Amino acid sequence: MGRIIITGLTLAAIWLLLSGYFDHPLLLVLGAASVILSVFLSHRAGMLDQEGVPGGVFPGIVPYMGWLTFEIGKANIEVARQALAITPTLSPKMFTVPIPPKSTVGQVIFANSITLTPGTVSVSLNEDHILVHALTEELADIAAIADMGARVAKTEGP
Amino acid sequence: MVDLLRDILSWACFIGGGIFVVIGCIGLVRFPDFYTRLHPAGITDTAGAELIMLGMILQADSWLIVAKLGFIAVFLLLTSPVATHALAHAAWLSGLHPLTGKELNYGEGYEENNPEETS
Repeated sequence: MGRIIITGLTLAAIWLLLSGYFDHPLLLVLGAASVILSVFLSHRAGMLDQEGVPGGVFPGIVPYMGWLTFEIGKANIEVARQALAITPTLSPKMFTVPIPPKSTVGQVIFANSITLTPGTVSVSLNEDHILVHALTEELADIAAIADMGARVAKTEGP
Repeated sequence: MVDLLRDILSWACFIGGGIFVVIGCIGLVRFPDFYTRLHPAGITDTAGAELIMLGMILQADSWLIVAKLGFIAVFLLLTSPVATHALAHAAWLSGLHPLTGKELNYGEGYEENNPEETS
């Protein structure tokens, strides 16, 4: 029931923000009807579960996004330096890192964060390890990636 | 005064984002193999796209437009790594081996899988 209410409120907020009609009764009623229809259909399709509505990540994900932005900035400069160097000193490497987050959503956030950071790309996943390709030896920092995983595990809720 | 400051900041974002997109393209052309070429594409996806979005947000004249541009920025951040991972995973599953190490050698097992490409 909680997930239904959260989905409805989120959809209503998105509808209001994207349309911008705050004082037009007919359009507001039609918007409410479309929100109710969407929630009903996604409930019927069985999408309102822990994976479809990951509300649990929400308080913790905001500071994590801020931290990730900072990390992405640092890695961007390193990769840009390699791209512009007269002779790029690449030393690509494949390595595996463990996946600390337990939930599916946490694992997706972790793998996406690795890929989003320039210099590391998640290539393949199995139950407890991610195979990562890194551009240079310095960017293949297993301790830093494990730290990122621990932060994701901390943000994920029940 | 505020408008001038806003123009300066948003132009800095546009120029910075544009420079990052160009750097991403240069890296895409210069790097040696498929997997290393994915990394400069990541620069274009993150710093390039997000700085240009930030510049547009600074130029927006109402909060509704800020909200819409914010949605676009967040969805870009959520979807671009999925596309990169799909490419990398498809290449890995089809048996493409990455160049590794400082000498950029193909890893172990490359000869058995690609007999026609080595001599």
